[in-house]
Amino acid sequence: MEIPYTIHPRPDTGVYNAKLGVWLFLASEVMLFGALFSSYVLLRIGSDSWPHGYSILDWKIATFNTVVLISSSVTMVMSWASLMLKDFKKYKLYMGLTILCAFIFLAVKAFEYNTKFGHHLYPSTNTFLAIYFTITGLHGLHVIGGIFVNSYLWGPGSKMWKTQPERFTNRVEVAGLYWHFVDLVWIFLFPVLYLL
Amino acid sequence: MGQKEKSAHVVTSAKKEHDKHESEHHELGFVRKYIFSQDHKVIGIQYGITSLLFLLFGFSLMMIMRWQLAYPGQEFPWKWLADFMGQANMPGGIMLPEFYNQLGAMHGTIMVFLGVVPLAVGAFGNYVVPLQIGTIDMAFPKLNMTSYWVYFLGGVTMLVSFAMPGGAANSGWTSYAPLSVIATTGQTVWLIGMVFLITSSLLGSINFIVTIIQLRVKGLTFMRLPFFVWAQFVTSFLLLLAFPPLEAAGVLQLMDRLAGTSFFLPSGLVVSGQPLAVSGGGSPLLWQHLFWFLAHPEVYVLILPAMGIVAEIIANNTRKPLWGYKSLVYSAIFLGFMSFIVWAHHMFLTGMGTTISTFFQTTTMIISIPSVIILTALLLSLWGGSIRFTTPMLFALAFLPMFAIGGLTGLPLGLAPPDIHLHDTYYVIGHFHYVVAPGTIFALFAGIYFWYPKVTGRKMNELLGKIHFWTSLVFINGVFMPMFIQGLAGVSRRLYDGGAQYAHAQGVLQWNEFMSTSAWLLGLAQIPFVINFFWSIRKGKKVEANHWDATTLDWACTTSPPLAHGNFKVVPEVHRGPYDYSHQGAQSDFLPQNQPGEA
Amino acid sequence: MDASSPEAIKKQVRSYIVVFVALMGLTIVTVAVSTFHLSVAAAVIIALAVAIVKASLVAGVFMHLISEKKLIYATLALTAIFFIVLMILPTSHQLDPIVQ
Repeated sequence: MEIPYTIHPRPDTGVYNAKLGVWLFLASEVMLFGALFSSYVLLRIGSDSWPHGYSILDWKIATFNTVVLISSSVTMVMSWASLMLKDFKKYKLYMGLTILCAFIFLAVKAFEYNTKFGHHLYPSTNTFLAIYFTITGLHGLHVIGGIFVNSYLWGPGSKMWKTQPERFTNRVEVAGLYWHFVDLVWIFLFPVLYLL
Repeated sequence: MGQKEKSAHVVTSAKKEHDKHESEHHELGFVRKYIFSQDHKVIGIQYGITSLLFLLFGFSLMMIMRWQLAYPGQEFPWKWLADFMGQANMPGGIMLPEFYNQLGAMHGTIMVFLGVVPLAVGAFGNYVVPLQIGTIDMAFPKLNMTSYWVYFLGGVTMLVSFAMPGGAANSGWTSYAPLSVIATTGQTVWLIGMVFLITSSLLGSINFIVTIIQLRVKGLTFMRLPFFVWAQFVTSFLLLLAFPPLEAAGVLQLMDRLAGTSFFLPSGLVVSGQPLAVSGGGSPLLWQHLFWFLAHPEVYVLILPAMGIVAEIIANNTRKPLWGYKSLVYSAIFLGFMSFIVWAHHMFLTGMGTTISTFFQTTTMIISIPSVIILTALLLSLWGGSIRFTTPMLFALAFLPMFAIGGLTGLPLGLAPPDIHLHDTYYVIGHFHYVVAPGTIFALFAGIYFWYPKVTGRKMNELLGKIHFWTSLVFINGVFMPMFIQGLAGVSRRLYDGGAQYAHAQGVLQWNEFMSTSAWLLGLAQIPFVINFFWSIRKGKKVEANHWDATTLDWACTTSPPLAHGNFKVVPEVHRGPYDYSHQGAQSDFLPQNQPGEA
Repeated sequence: MDASSPEAIKKQVRSYIVVFVALMGLTIVTVAVSTFHLSVAAAVIIALAVAIVKASLVAGVFMHLISEKKLIYATLALTAIFFIVLMILPTSHQLDPIVQ
């Protein structure tokens, strides 16, 4: 016997197992980042003075990174759509672009961190930088996680397309859900940390 | 490979698919089958054994602490044990305050996160839930295996922390900042261990929710689920949504400790006469909020599976349907929901204003309602039943008054005015231990006696079981009842000498020796259980698959169902509610859920 | 209509492009507004409003939430409630101290 609903949705719930699983995971991620946002708000309200993000951080470079991450979200969903249209070559292209964007994002982030350290701005300098480094660091870890998942689906994992195309498409879909969430978190992080 | 596999292929084509999987699994070596297993039953047993060992370990820490509380500053009687704990901790057999703090912090951590929750959710949930919903495994078997091993890693991390310079974490299981931020290295290891444990719980809870929603067999609607499954379902949501804030808090505290940030360190903090060289600007209350945002739902994570187990056993041993099944289910859901908005009743003494404390007092009083409904429904279920006083039933019955004491003593703590007097006294310790120890742990014992025949095919010895029950019941009350007396007298918790140096404690000090003796006797009272547990594996009375004449699907499959998706030979179909006992006009006094027809 | 038919997917792809353009536009808006150096309250409201619109576009279109099943909605609704609790209560404690 096999575990049911691994590929096709259960009729009364309308979803397959992995999709529900990933949405539940994202729910927990909402609470994780929610707690960090809540900490940010509490610390900011409790402080006597709080710097404007743009006075310490480089908002131009962050805007560039925002564009990169949003683009990667588009290429991610396009890679899924390509599989739905049975176009494996295009899938490879779009997924490859997604991974490339993720690396660009990380490289820019590393450069940003490095510049801050160069100016002797560390997490221990003040509470603003502390929360900035912690949240963006945790977000960066999520990007790295996404790179691992997407690279697997781009490389060795894509063999499944030949044997179980539907299941593979599902995998790309749920990996996409995760990746869009990473993008979504950044959409909030960017204005909150850099622009306010 | 070889004989077995070859013969497996010589079968009719109809059975081929099934047997192919059988033969594949014959190839699995010992490691894949019993250690890195993906089968929910093996994982459940792994969780069970590991968490029972941790429970024993955590209890032992407390038994050592109780020596210091009963006879403060006196030499430890067993030299070998004092030597084992090291000269740094117990020079000349006398316990140092620092070591006492470590024992206290680690007792709480181990009991809650490594003992009770993994036993209630990891062990019982894993073994029983897939069987009760009639499926062959959890939705994500690999993830299930990962949760166990991440939990194991978290446990090892916690144990390793004892070997750190300065010993294990010593800031209490709540790890309140700023004390925890300036504590010794053990605290860092504690935080890393917690991150493992939280991750494990998250993976597990996702798995449970998906399994229960997606893998229920045909006919098993939500309102036909056994209450145990409902309890696990709500519990999983609590773990899923309440744990991440603690993970966030853990990350922030790690940053405070390792990267020199000041999330939880206020400006102008002075430690040992020296101003602390940090940027400051943080908030110690932030830690408390994030911690209790998890830790209050955690209380219901501890109690709900226990209620689920008790409900199963009561229905089975009264031979009648549970009274108010729907109220039980709705109460459990409401309980879970409310548990997210009561947490600040742990923080009445942190200087919150009347508006916000009124809010939390109100929600706290509201949450007691579903708890009372559940308890009342279980109590009323006994009415008019022909009760079988088996060992599991005894433990389940004792759960009711014990949990009631724990719950009712919580009411004064949930209201700010009495809490000002009772906060951080032994009254609090007594209160939550009544909920968790004679409450939840008794229910877990009930569950072990109840499902033991399913797992092993043999029954645990009734006489030893009854000795275990009655002695445990007496001594556990001996441990916790005097705590209320001491607490009302104002004796604080976490005192190294049990209050000996305080004038107001003198009148109730004599209870310390009584409580400690009870605790050690409680330890001895577990010996019949340990003997029974191992002896019965080989020598217990052999019983049939549905030994208790139960109705739920876990009793419809064979004893110790075969591994590798072999729970059910045919996928069962459900035709009725979970507790169809004493159905009028029926042939027997129970109708299994998978029995078709009206009667 | 079958949501997984090639026509439906091609239609969806067009909507992805539209959303991409919208997200870029909104990014420019949020950056542009920040250069005005409005009061903190106004800046926070505008920045969060824009971020919420962007997030809704990502969740609704890229994550297919607009055509998702009730079960997923229920899960997210529950999460949203506790998320709001988490955002509001710790702060309100801070704003309501016992001594003024």
